Order: sequence, then C-alpha cells, then structure tokens
Amino acid sequence: MSGGGNDVALRSGAVARAVIYAVLIVFAVYYLLPLFVMLVNSVKPLEEIRSGNMLALPEVFTFAPWVQAWSKAQIGVEPTGLSPYFVNSLVMVIPAVALSTFLGALNGYVLTKWQFRGHRIVFGLMLFSCFIPFQIVLIPMARILGMLGIAGTTWGLVLVHVVYGLGFTTLFFRNYYDAFPSELIRAATIDGAGFFRIFRRILLPSSGPIIVVTVIWQFTNVWNDFLFGASFADFDSQPMTVALNNLVSSSTGVKEYNVHFAGAILAALPTLVVYVVSGRYFVRGLMAGAVKG
Amino acid sequence: MSNRLRDAAQDLLPKLVLSPSFVLILIFVYGFIVFTGYLSFTDSRMLPSFDLVGFANYFKLFSLRHWSTALSNLAIFGILYIVICTVIGLGLAILLDQKIRGEGVLRPIFLYPMALSFIVTGTAWKWFLDPGIGLENVMHLWGWESFEFRWIKDRDMAIYTIVIAAVWQSSGFVMAMFLAGLRGIDNEILKAAQIDGASAWKLYRRIVIPMLRPAFLSAFVVLAHLAIKAYDLVIALTNGGPGRATEVPATFMYSYTFTRNQMGVGASSAVIMLIMIASIIIPYLYSELREKRT
Repeated sequence: MSGGGNDVALRSGAVARAVIYAVLIVFAVYYLLPLFVMLVNSVKPLEEIRSGNMLALPEVFTFAPWVQAWSKAQIGVEPTGLSPYFVNSLVMVIPAVALSTFLGALNGYVLTKWQFRGHRIVFGLMLFSCFIPFQIVLIPMARILGMLGIAGTTWGLVLVHVVYGLGFTTLFFRNYYDAFPSELIRAATIDGAGFFRIFRRILLPSSGPIIVVTVIWQFTNVWNDFLFGASFADFDSQPMTVALNNLVSSSTGVKEYNVHFAGAILAALPTLVVYVVSGRYFVRGLMAGAVKG
Repeated sequence: MSNRLRDAAQDLLPKLVLSPSFVLILIFVYGFIVFTGYLSFTDSRMLPSFDLVGFANYFKLFSLRHWSTALSNLAIFGILYIVICTVIGLGLAILLDQKIRGEGVLRPIFLYPMALSFIVTGTAWKWFLDPGIGLENVMHLWGWESFEFRWIKDRDMAIYTIVIAAVWQSSGFVMAMFLAGLRGIDNEILKAAQIDGASAWKLYRRIVIPMLRPAFLSAFVVLAHLAIKAYDLVIALTNGGPGRATEVPATFMYSYTFTRNQMGVGASSAVIMLIMIASIIIPYLYSELREKRT
C-alpha cells in the first residue's frame, strides 16, 4: 500500500496481473487448439470422429491412421501413402538449402568486404527478388525448365528454390558480415592472403550462427513450398505439401479425417522439429527477413 | 608484372564469384518479369504467343467478374489480416513484456504456427471449421443446440475463415517483432515518465507505441506482401470455393493461365500483382537502404 519505490515498468495490482495471465493463457489455447485437434483425431478410428466430439480424447486409441497416411493411402496412381513424397521433399530440400546457403555466404562476403561500384544496386536487385509474387515467373519458368530438360524433375525444383532463395540468403550473410571488422580483412590482404583464403580462414570460422539461421530459414521455406511443387513437379517428384493437399482434397471415396490429420502432422514434423530444437535461431531468421538494411 | 596480373585477378575475382548468382537473378527474376509482362500484351492462350494485342488483356481482366471478386476478397482479407495480426501481435507483446512468469513457455507456443506449411494449417482449420464434424458439431454435443457456424460453406462468409486461419498462423510472428521492439526501448525513459506520474495507459499510448514505429512499418510490409501472395492457404482451406467465392488474385492467375488456357489474361493479372507488391516494397527497401548509408 506504500506509494513509492516501484521500479517495474507497469505498476499493476493483483487483479490486473490475473487478467494478463488469463488473456495470455486464452491465446495459448487458441494457438494450440489446431495442433491438439490434429493430434487427438489422428489416433481415433474414423467412426469416432464422425459420431463423436472432435475435442474429446480418443476412446479407442489406434495408430492405423498413421500407418495408412505414411504407407498405404492412395495419393497418386498407386496406394503408396505419403512416404515417397516425404523422400521427394528431402531429396529436393537438402541440395537446395546447401547450394543457396553457400552462394549466399559468398555473395554476402563480396557485397560487404569487396565492394565495387554499383554493389548497392546489385544488392537492391537481389533483395527485391525476395518479395516478388511468384505468379510473375510461373509461365517463363515452365518454359525454361522444359528447355533445360529438367521439367518435372527434382533437379528442376532445386534450381527454382535456389534461385528464389538467393535474395534472402544473400541478405542474411550481407547483414552479418557487414558488422565484421574490415580491419582484419585489410591486415590479412597486406599479409598476402587472397580472396578465398580470407573467406575460409577468417570469416567462415565465425559464421556459425548465421549459417544456422540461413539453413533453418531456407529449410522451412523450401519444405513448406506449395506453389512451385504444384506447378513444376511430376508424379514422381511431387513434394510432401502437394501430396498432402491431394490426399486431403481428393473427392473420391470416404473422407478419412484421421488419415488427413496424421498426414498433416507428418508434413509438419520436420519443420516443427527444427523449430523446437532451435527456436531461437528460427526467430532470428524471421526478424532478419523482416527488418532489412 | 606477375604482381600486377595477380592484382588484376584479385580485383576481378569477387565480381566473378558474385556473377553466377547475379546472372541467375537477372534472368530468372527480371528477365522473367519482362517476359510475363510482354505476354500480358499478347493473345497467348494455351501456349505463349508473340502477337501483340495492346491492352486488350487488361481490359478483359477488369471486366471479368472473377477478377473483381478476387480483388474485393484481397481487400477484405488483406485489411482484416493486417489489422487483426497487428492488434493481436502488439497486445500479446505488451502483455508478455510485463515480467511474466512462464514467458519462455508462452512465446514458443504463440510462434510455432509460423513454422508450419500453409497446407498443414489449411488442413487443420478446414476440418475444424467443418460444420459436420468440427466446431459446430462440438458445440451441439456440448449442449448448445442452436449454435451455428458454417462460414466455410457460406459464399459470403468463407473469405473470413481464411482470415481466421491466416491470423492464427502469422500473429505470433508479429508479436515477436513487437516484442523485439519493446525490448529495445530504453528503460530509463519509461521510469522517468512514471516518476512524472504518467498512468500505464498514457505511458504506452504516448511514449511506447510511438517508439515502435519501425516495428509497425516492418509488420505492415511483411503482412501486406504475404496477403497479396496468399495462395497455398486458400487452396488448402477452401480451394477458392464455395463456387469461386474465395478467389484471390493468386488463385485467379493460376486457374486462368493453367486450366482455363487464357495465358494472356493470366499474365496480366500477374503483372497487376507485381505492381501491387512493388508499390509497397520498393519505397520500403529504398528508405531502409538509404538510411543505412548515412
């Protein structure tokens, strides 16, 4: 009840604090609800979803929907489940992330430590490419992939994801290397170290955090992409997101909600795991992607 | 002599290293923009054609009912998405900033949807909002017999279900941006204002929120460009339906180009989308990059 001596930014009574906690918890429930719905219903028999309560815990617990989603559901021509598409996504994501990160690191290095006339324009042009609506490139891209003979292949998708990831990876490394002391580079140049040596010996060893941020960002974006996968993949190179959408929106037969939920979790699992394991870096990537310059 | 050669090589090398990426961007981004822009002035249908027809595609585009639906849906979706995400994001950030116990648990819960694909988000919300098995059914089972929530099946309301799912996915991210902004504010300023007797409400309205200007701007730019690009979520949640009631520019472009064989019209809609995004992004990037220089 005494007046002074409060150094908390917001003075608040017990009631106010209770309200704050209540609001925060309500929102936590809102954010967790869809995940809860997916998890709970992915282990119920279909009958229980159709006649029962979606928010109730399962009465009969079954893993059958998961098995069905992973290896049996009819998505393409054959009842293969989502597993081959999961593999497609992995085979596409790994080279796409590695290549775009590698190129981004080199670009960021050049754009900060070996600046040339017009470097700002080059960077501006690369940065703008992050934001274009991809509809503007779909038509010519389809033609070019055909001309290169990689239409409908995983390599075609890798190329697409590398190209449209370059803007972001370059941005991340540029901002990171910008803060790196240029004196060190100059000293190394005087000692006779060349372009690649400086990169390998001086910048790369301290690039750990930004490499993690970039890899997470690219992994999440490429894994979660739908538009390019839907536009440029054939049946045997379709990524997970496209397969999941085909599974869920196929209009033939009974709607197997439990299988859809299991499939959705399977599609979300890799990025969720990355997020849980390294959330700090994930957030840093989001912020770097939003706050430019 | 060999020294000078070496110097010249060293001078050239950085540009050489940068050039593959730059050439890729020039061709695959700017070259493609020019190509699509050109197609938008041609009579391309199933395949690209190079016969110019002037602005015919643009006139046709703006006379199509689907396109005006797409534009008004984008306006509804864009405004609600940006405003609601900003309000929720700012609110949660301010509340979380009150020295909350358990912040470390709450923050990741608010933010994890951002890691998911829109297809996953769409699947989850599609069935949760389905009147037959989802929310409406749950309320009936809980005894609220008259409860009705069938927006996802309603031509006039379906676009709002896309807002619900999109806000769910992005608002945590906006919260993170505002939280970073709040944490960057000097505590001394707040203390001084408090000693002067400013109430909490006044403190935030007069001092804190104005100081978050950069965060507001970044949030707006990110959300606006995501709204214009929105495609996956619409496909997964409503597939543009019921009917074509939730058509947005991105789905319009895809269906006119690839399934209705009106590539010229599709290309012109893509150009309009690019112009919308460019008019937001270019001033932003320009000011950000220029600030950096001084």
